[in-house]
Amino acid sequence: MSDIFKGYKDLIPESILEEVKINLPDKCSDAKVKKILEKVYQEYRQSFAEPGESVGLVGAESIGEPGTQMTLNTFHFAGVSELNVTTGLPRIIEIFDGRKTIGTGMMEVYLKKPYSEGKDIKKLAESIKESKMEDFIQEISINITNLQMTISLNKSKLEIANLKEDKIAKILEKGIKKGFKFKTKDGIIEITPTSKDEPLNEIYKLKEKIKDVYISGIKGITQVLPVKRGNEYVIVTAGSNIKDMLKHDFVDPERIISNDLYEMEKIFGVEAVRQVIINEVLKVLDTQGINIDIRHIMLVADTMTMSGTLMGINRYGIVKEKPSVLARASFETPVKHIINAALTGEVDYLNSVIENVMINQLVPVGTGLPGLVTKTK
Amino acid sequence: MEEIRPTYKKIHSITFGVMSPKFIKEMASAKIVTPELYDKEGYPVVGGLMDVRLGVIDPGLKCKTCGHKLKECPGHFGHIELARPVIHIKFVKEILDLLRSTCRSCGRILVPSDKIKKHVGELEKIGAELGLAERRKRVAEIMVSLKTITKCPHCKESQLKIIIEKPTTYIEDDKRLSPIEIRTRLERIPDDDLEVFGMNPKAVRPEWMVLTVLGIPPVTMRPSITLESGERSEDDLTHKLGDIVRINQRLFENINAGAPEIIIEDLWDLLQYHVTTFFDNEVAQLPPARHRSGEPLKTITARIKSKEGRIRHNLAGKRTNFSARTVISPDPKLNINEVGVPQVIAMKLTVPERLTEWNMKYLKEFIQRGAETYPGANYILRPDGKRKKITDETKEQLLEELQPGFIVERHLMNGDIALFNRQPSLHRMSMMCHRVRVLPGLTFRLNPAVCAPYNADFDGDEMNLHIPQTEEARAEAEILMEVQTQLISPRYGLSIIGCNQDAISGNYLLTRFMDIPREQAIDLLASVGITEFKKLPHKKIVSGKEVFSVIIPDNFDFDGVSRSVPSDNPDHTVKIRNGQLLSGVMDKSNLGEGSGLLLRNIHKQYGRDEMVEILGRIYRLGIEVLLKYGFTAKFADADLSEASTVQINKVIEEAYVDVNNMIKEYKEGNLELLPGRSMKETLELRILERLNKARNEAGKIIADNADQRSDTMTMVRSGARGNLINLAQMGACVGQQALRGERINKGFNRRTISAFKKDDLGPEAHGFIKSGFNKGLRPHEMFFMAMTGRDSLMDTALRTPKSGYLYRRLANALQDIKVEYDYTVRDAAGKIVQFAYGEDSMDVSKSEGGKINVKQIINSVMEK
Repeated sequence: MSDIFKGYKDLIPESILEEVKINLPDKCSDAKVKKILEKVYQEYRQSFAEPGESVGLVGAESIGEPGTQMTLNTFHFAGVSELNVTTGLPRIIEIFDGRKTIGTGMMEVYLKKPYSEGKDIKKLAESIKESKMEDFIQEISINITNLQMTISLNKSKLEIANLKEDKIAKILEKGIKKGFKFKTKDGIIEITPTSKDEPLNEIYKLKEKIKDVYISGIKGITQVLPVKRGNEYVIVTAGSNIKDMLKHDFVDPERIISNDLYEMEKIFGVEAVRQVIINEVLKVLDTQGINIDIRHIMLVADTMTMSGTLMGINRYGIVKEKPSVLARASFETPVKHIINAALTGEVDYLNSVIENVMINQLVPVGTGLPGLVTKTK
Repeated sequence: MEEIRPTYKKIHSITFGVMSPKFIKEMASAKIVTPELYDKEGYPVVGGLMDVRLGVIDPGLKCKTCGHKLKECPGHFGHIELARPVIHIKFVKEILDLLRSTCRSCGRILVPSDKIKKHVGELEKIGAELGLAERRKRVAEIMVSLKTITKCPHCKESQLKIIIEKPTTYIEDDKRLSPIEIRTRLERIPDDDLEVFGMNPKAVRPEWMVLTVLGIPPVTMRPSITLESGERSEDDLTHKLGDIVRINQRLFENINAGAPEIIIEDLWDLLQYHVTTFFDNEVAQLPPARHRSGEPLKTITARIKSKEGRIRHNLAGKRTNFSARTVISPDPKLNINEVGVPQVIAMKLTVPERLTEWNMKYLKEFIQRGAETYPGANYILRPDGKRKKITDETKEQLLEELQPGFIVERHLMNGDIALFNRQPSLHRMSMMCHRVRVLPGLTFRLNPAVCAPYNADFDGDEMNLHIPQTEEARAEAEILMEVQTQLISPRYGLSIIGCNQDAISGNYLLTRFMDIPREQAIDLLASVGITEFKKLPHKKIVSGKEVFSVIIPDNFDFDGVSRSVPSDNPDHTVKIRNGQLLSGVMDKSNLGEGSGLLLRNIHKQYGRDEMVEILGRIYRLGIEVLLKYGFTAKFADADLSEASTVQINKVIEEAYVDVNNMIKEYKEGNLELLPGRSMKETLELRILERLNKARNEAGKIIADNADQRSDTMTMVRSGARGNLINLAQMGACVGQQALRGERINKGFNRRTISAFKKDDLGPEAHGFIKSGFNKGLRPHEMFFMAMTGRDSLMDTALRTPKSGYLYRRLANALQDIKVEYDYTVRDAAGKIVQFAYGEDSMDVSKSEGGKINVKQIINSVMEK
């Protein structure tokens, strides 16, 4: 029987063969297996997209048409306990734009054993979160007479972050330019300026500045959420910073995923971006209850990544790469494109759709594609 | 002879370049020397801007260049010699770059000779490997690197700093460079060095960017309009050219007369201004040239760019004849692939039919009837291309001279092919091919089943109709675009056309509840168009299922589910064997748009033509049932019994108590936090959750207690229209109004409306509407509802342009991606996007949602 399957290996995609294997009844004669496979193959061949089929435009239509049905509400609470993420039309636009900065970054950090089984999960999560001085301050008081600023720290927060006051003082010393002396007491940091001129002014400035000093965690991560997926724990973060995340050895580097296309490209390469585009678009469509076949999204993702780098669907990305002057001009900034074409003496060979529409010639897709070859006498 | 000529020439390619003065002069058919347009008799002045050598726009005149008349002459360019050279505004940046990176004395690029070759080689490589865009980027980088070089590596001349004073003045070391000087410098740059600048010496010499000769566009490009008063109103371009010619002449005169330098300079600047605004009237630093009325002139750049410009408006989008537009209205009696066309329109739109020996008699009858009686004919086309209108006077003569080879434009008739379209045309199903059905009235009629693909309703929507005029066009429309070819959406591979609204309710009632006398059944089926009643069992009373079975094919088998029926009822499973509906109910899950698996299977088994036929019958059957037995969604359907009112009030009361408890907990700080949320957020979310639950419970009470056989309930149950929440909102309680996913929290300081106390966190103060529509809303409730209503209105208004732009970008980026003969997916440049479409080459609309139904194949083989 496996021989019969082998015979169809290159003819039918593996996933379909697999499905046949699973659904095949226990007792099935070879002849019948052959018959089934032959029928599956026939049906598969019949469903092929024909040469000339304008799959690009069909894909654009399939994604563009339900665009009007999507909501504009930027934020969405996916369930009660999930994070705020940009969804709906704005997110789709963001993805297809290939933007470098996105609205709400998000990472899913899978963990290595034993952490993935839930060991210290809360603590681990908390240690990732970017914390600024502000988060640890309970109270700041300034003593004008002896020119001293006293910060009392929030002890419970310190404990979670596994920090001591003297360590914080050290970080502060590093984070702030010279001119201050730090002293620590139980849960209290005292700061005195060393400079002589206008120390009071300095100290007030410092009060604001000190709140912003980065203390611990990973930069850019504003929120963390340990979630149970199946039977393992995953940390979902708001804010994305794969590079710093990978420095931690409890992270499973093979499964970390971010919704930031640009970052994914930088670290995991363009193939990863392609998959992220598909996943992210599907995720949005799912929340909106819109049904689009994955092929259309794959095509867009492939177009965006085919050059080896991520290109947005705009005049700086895909459209810029088009070989035809008129096709570029018909999108945006036509005068600029025509002038540039003139300078380089560009030639438009009229290979794509829009130029041929412009000059009233048959468009080279669909029924406009085939030509007739005939012998002349 | 032939009016439809075969394409015998095809444009192979278009080369872009900059026109040289020599080229302009050679191309020009007239030299323009005077700003005057017409002489006293109103005849175009020779050497003026409307010179007849530039083409004709008046009827009766003949072009002096090509001898053709109006509409035949394509127009010809002219030229003027500029007294002094001027900068071309569109090349200002390029000129600056060139001046900066070439030597001021020898004209060589500021790169040592050995390095030039290296640069050129590098550019060529980038151009070949990465494309023109990357090459341009590299050129820009080279240019920047040359800015700082102060000494020419070729002649050792030290270089001065050149700055630009926008828009067109170049200043070198505080001294102004005149265009003459610039031109001489640009002339000195050798061809070989140009390549480093990314310029192609074959297409452009840098000195051509400084104009010495200006091309004058043909008059056909700038036609004048004759006003009612007999006055002529000239085109904006003509005005602008007039300015240029006038100043140019003055400049010539002043130079010849030896006028002082300062006057010449002033005139020169003025000429520069006019030439600049001729090309672009929206240059940032220049005041735009205006009409006397103060309206800015629309010059060349403005003509090309933007949505209303030449490219997007005229070149990428075309207008058409043989089309009609009017309001649409529904007509379920039409077939799904038909369109009802008003007779008045059918008498205006025509189909050309070629006269042969065999149809001579047939077509003569049309001519005999003339243009005024339907079905007649409007025009006759003679083989020499002459078009004759058929009127009572010409009729006799035309009939006499009629011979094979003539073309008769006859009125639109039943069965003709037409394209039907509704904007916005967002997908290919927005324009489908229908068969014409000429009807009385003034609106287009369509079967309501095709509303879904067009996204049409009948609240005043208008649609367009086009009549293809050639056999080729008709064949393509019929084979590729007819409604039955578009049944399966390529978006998700399911049927997009199905039953809706009354058709679903009707079939639901019929197949679930009805038993009717055989006579009535026959009556019903006859009104659907059935004439053969063999399949209907011979008994006094027949069931609705038996009636339904008559209209499905005899050998059809189907298994499915009726979602409208609870799973403990035998009617939950749909079972069709040999064309008999044995159990199950026809509801939205079987017949509806985008879900009807029954339809999908009929489509697969019997093909599209048969499916359209069957769908039409099912649709009509549903409507006829309602028509014959009555169906009214009435006010009382939402009425509540005393008991359920009490029950609902109790549910809401309970919710209030729970919410108040939560608020209490919140105020005491005891509320259990949701992960990742603050106390306040947790409260809001939990209240929202609790109140929605209350509303759903109320809906459930209604669903259980309301009259199950009421017509409103029938619609809800069958999935035809409405849902339980709608019913609950009418009968019991509208529920929580959500604004941006939260309760309503906006308004005054610490409260939403002044009717509430400050800091009231209770349900009613934040948009919970306790009343139902049936009872009426209280003032504050109505206000909250208006808030969310306005918000959703705004959302729609903001979303439409955004999604429209996304769509345009997607379409533009992907439009030339197609499947090649080797089944790879490639773009216009032939680059492979995918090796197999969607990784398995399968077309979504040709398979079941992109999948092969393996189980079905196995079953069919095993059964045999």
